[in-house]
Amino acid sequence: MVEVKEQTVSLPRLGQPAPAFDAATTHGVLKLEDFKGSWLILFSHPADFTPVCTTEFIAFAEIYPELQKRGVELLGLSVDSVSSHIAWVRNIEEKTGVKIPFPVIADLSKEVSLAYGMIHPEQSKTETVRCVFIIDDKQIIRTILYYPLTTGRNMEEILRIIDALQATDEYKVATPANWRPGDMVVVPPPNTQEMAEERLKQGYECVDWYLCKKKL
Amino acid sequence: MACISPDGKPTESGVKLLRALKSGLGAAEEIAQNAGLPLFRVRSGLRELTQAGLVDQKNDNYELSPKGVELADTLPA
Repeated sequence: MVEVKEQTVSLPRLGQPAPAFDAATTHGVLKLEDFKGSWLILFSHPADFTPVCTTEFIAFAEIYPELQKRGVELLGLSVDSVSSHIAWVRNIEEKTGVKIPFPVIADLSKEVSLAYGMIHPEQSKTETVRCVFIIDDKQIIRTILYYPLTTGRNMEEILRIIDALQATDEYKVATPANWRPGDMVVVPPPNTQEMAEERLKQGYECVDWYLCKKKL
Repeated sequence: MACISPDGKPTESGVKLLRALKSGLGAAEEIAQNAGLPLFRVRSGLRELTQAGLVDQKNDNYELSPKGVELADTLPA
């Protein structure tokens, strides 16, 4: 009798290097390392020619100029062929006038989807769920978002996360709930009693020693 | 294929890359600037042109091979 073992797939985690890939896309063969030096949003969608995905592609195309200002590239993915992707993005342009400026991975082998944990069998055994991986310029995974098949993504939140991560890197601060560029940021908490006491004299806006905010 | 079409002719982005490479040896970043293409497209395109024997890689720099020079010379100005 053949014993069938359940395969345990290790999902990528925040802070880990993004899994390398070498994939056929609508812009030719692309490797993860081609994006080194830029931030990258790798996102998956369930299938071409489906309604929610179409609204998302249009929305991603609309924020693309804002992403470029922030040094961020976009890369889509689904378990469809390059021909299907080409037909779909052409159809989107023909029907809505929106040109899709970013490449889309044709992951028919599911190699990339499985490496990134994009297939959730309880949602669908054949389609990728709506994942967003925000990968920084050093190719480290900085944010992972998962949305179910039925819920389209919020582009403003994706832009907000990019702004927050880049502000954190540049100024060594954290960002509070609902933070937007221009809002006050959180000063990292002190590590010693002395630092806690000094902090209160530094002119920050403090609720108490552990929660101080400042302007950038 | 992003830079070379199945009939062996360079695509629009292939032409941009070949023109940018005509100015001599350069790193992918400089070529991206000259070609006005995103860096990831240039890296992928250079890989493809190298495989096609049109570009030679020297450490982190690229230049047209004799075959690439021949092709680049046929491009309209």
